[in-house]
Amino acid sequence: MFRNTYDSDNTVFSPQGRLHQVEYALEAVKQGSAAVGLRSKSHSVLLALKRSAGELASYQQKMFRIDDHVGIAIAGLTSDARVLSNFMRQQAMSSRMIFNRPVPVNRLVSAMADKAQVNTQEYGRRPYGVGFLVIGQDQSGPHLYEFSPSGNSYEYYAMSIGARSQSAKTYLEKHYESFADCDLDELIRHGLHALRETLQQDKELNVKNTSIGIVGSASPNETGVSPTGAFRILEGEKVDVFIKTMIPKETDAPAPTTDEDVQMAE
Amino acid sequence: MDHSPMNWGRPRNDAVDLYGTYPIPQRPYNGSKGSFSAGVQHTQQPIVTGTSVLAIKYKDGIMMAADNLASYGSLARFKDVQRLQAVGDYTVIGASGDMSDFQYIQTVLDELMVDEFTAADGHSLGPAEIHEYLSQIMYARRSKMNPLWNSLLVGGFKDGKRFLAYVDLLGTTYSASTLATGYGSYIAQPLLRKAVEGYEDVLTEEEALKIIEDSMKVLYYRDARSLNKYQVAKITAAGTSISESRSAETIWSFAEDIRGYGAQTQ
Amino acid sequence: MTSIGTGYDLSASTYSPDGRIFQVEYANKAVENSGTAIGLRVKGGVVLAVEKLVHSKLLVPGANRRIQTVDRHIGMATAGLLADGRHLANRARDEASNYRELYRTPPPLKSLADRLGLYVQAYTLYSSVRPFGISTIFGAVDKDGPSLYVVEPSGVFYGYHGAAVGKGRQLAKTELEKLDLASISMRQAVLDAARIIYLVHDDAKEKEFELEMSWIGDETNGLHLPVPKDLFDEAERKAKEALETFE
Repeated sequence: MFRNTYDSDNTVFSPQGRLHQVEYALEAVKQGSAAVGLRSKSHSVLLALKRSAGELASYQQKMFRIDDHVGIAIAGLTSDARVLSNFMRQQAMSSRMIFNRPVPVNRLVSAMADKAQVNTQEYGRRPYGVGFLVIGQDQSGPHLYEFSPSGNSYEYYAMSIGARSQSAKTYLEKHYESFADCDLDELIRHGLHALRETLQQDKELNVKNTSIGIVGSASPNETGVSPTGAFRILEGEKVDVFIKTMIPKETDAPAPTTDEDVQMAE
Repeated sequence: MDHSPMNWGRPRNDAVDLYGTYPIPQRPYNGSKGSFSAGVQHTQQPIVTGTSVLAIKYKDGIMMAADNLASYGSLARFKDVQRLQAVGDYTVIGASGDMSDFQYIQTVLDELMVDEFTAADGHSLGPAEIHEYLSQIMYARRSKMNPLWNSLLVGGFKDGKRFLAYVDLLGTTYSASTLATGYGSYIAQPLLRKAVEGYEDVLTEEEALKIIEDSMKVLYYRDARSLNKYQVAKITAAGTSISESRSAETIWSFAEDIRGYGAQTQ
Repeated sequence: MTSIGTGYDLSASTYSPDGRIFQVEYANKAVENSGTAIGLRVKGGVVLAVEKLVHSKLLVPGANRRIQTVDRHIGMATAGLLADGRHLANRARDEASNYRELYRTPPPLKSLADRLGLYVQAYTLYSSVRPFGISTIFGAVDKDGPSLYVVEPSGVFYGYHGAAVGKGRQLAKTELEKLDLASISMRQAVLDAARIIYLVHDDAKEKEFELEMSWIGDETNGLHLPVPKDLFDEAERKAKEALETFE
């Protein structure tokens, strides 16, 4: 049955002025596996944990390319994500068609948020059940945004969404001040460390369950990246080199300082 | 206010009689609804026209000039028309051809600039984007067999780069370090090329102005639809500026000796 | 509240037996949960300020704006559901653009507030939609000079000399009433606005907040722009000082 009288419909305010259906949609995001995003002065990266339905099944797709300069990681209903990423691609192409300009990332995210807002105000629809982390680079540099089903979007230095994302968030909050000056490899390692926090007890990050999305110039560990540093998704063997840079958790040592990171990267 | 839910989400349109007050409620029209039932009118020719626009690249940016005349056929109908227009902080457009179509283009661009301003996100359209946008409009209109009857020059300076390009009623575009529209493309363009090509990066503002003034003077001598009253725009790193109207020194004493025209008999 | 459980409060298209529309009242609750927004209509211009509650320290300061621009000369600050604020801003821009296209002149704020009042009111009529969970302060300098309007979730709108919406509106209104709004300068208004936002912020209950301010008027050549950094910093510094001397 309903949890209360005011939660069956998104066109109903509760006496406290809350929208329960929207809040439940936010819960749908937490059903999905985690994604982490962070940015430096020169790069934005996404990291996501992929789930597999079983031994015989492939792993899910957690990242989508929107345009050369924009990519997303999702948590929640994949089918909703496909609808919205299609919308984003259309927006991006329209900007290139009309102005010959890569769409500014904030406008892309806001347009999608405005679309999602309608589903929180009108009867007969449900709010989207997916959250995005959006990374991109434009005139004003690299960016990271979060989009959520409530129709809100925010710009962050670092953020995580999805299952157990709070643990990743705690890691990010502890380290985010050092991200601005990180190089790409350090940034990815911070991302992997944050993503690792969302894992269940006996699990670990490996080449099968980890996706990395990047905008910005290439790392020494990458090949075949366009000179403009276009968005790319690393999967499979390509993430191995980055996973190997991770500092094992079992040591129980205090989290690495930036100085140590630089050493490790060499 | 139109309360029909079908019409929500649309801007209110004062051209529509919302309350059905005139003169009695309209009955549904049962006649032909074919596309051509009411006849279709397309622009067949320009009416009130402006003549040439000239523009060149020089060391600090772009310089552009156009006279203040709008002709009605061969009648010098309006002598205080401005045919140069700043669009945003980085761009000036100059128009020859139909002046009412140019006024329409100005309102379209003004609307675009308001949209950009209200986004208030630090992203702004430069000359390249505005030129692309204009070319899309021009080509779309000619494809409807209803062109905006203009040749336009778009000059600008943004992010340390000069920009100069042409677009016309067919949607044709091209770019060069000297451009001229209309009669000027025959008379002034060779002069401009000779003076500017190869010297784009060394010409000073004074030299550029001299080239423009000389060309405008030649045009005034040769073009019967021109006026010895024109404005000069420059677009540099400091932004856009459009001068007050000015005129060139001209000498007409030689006209005394011309034979074979008008009322002279010998 | 006696409304709960009666069944008369589940739809905007239902009156209660005593003639109230509870859904609109609940929408006002969404406004009351939000950070405060204020507007000052003073000599030569209008100043808007909001208390932007920061829910995470990972947010990029200065991004994620709550004050929006409607037209060159019109700004708006919302209190309530952020996404609804963006919806109404988009509508406001459409209306302003439509007015411009028809009359070839910048829209006076009164006309715009009138149209948006009607738009917001339409969302209180049907069960198929919910009312807007926002109160909006519109500020502009138009052909009649500075003007300030507030549009509420019910669709009602009033003009003000000084307006406050959101959580701290009571205290903010008290402070606004102490000012001689008709004669202070825009710069002074910015200082007062910052002071009031800092004053109404409840340190004990609330998380961090970020001050956001914009202005329109003589100082900005009639454009709606963010308050420039030097003045903003000065206002913020003075606001913090004033807070320490305030008992």
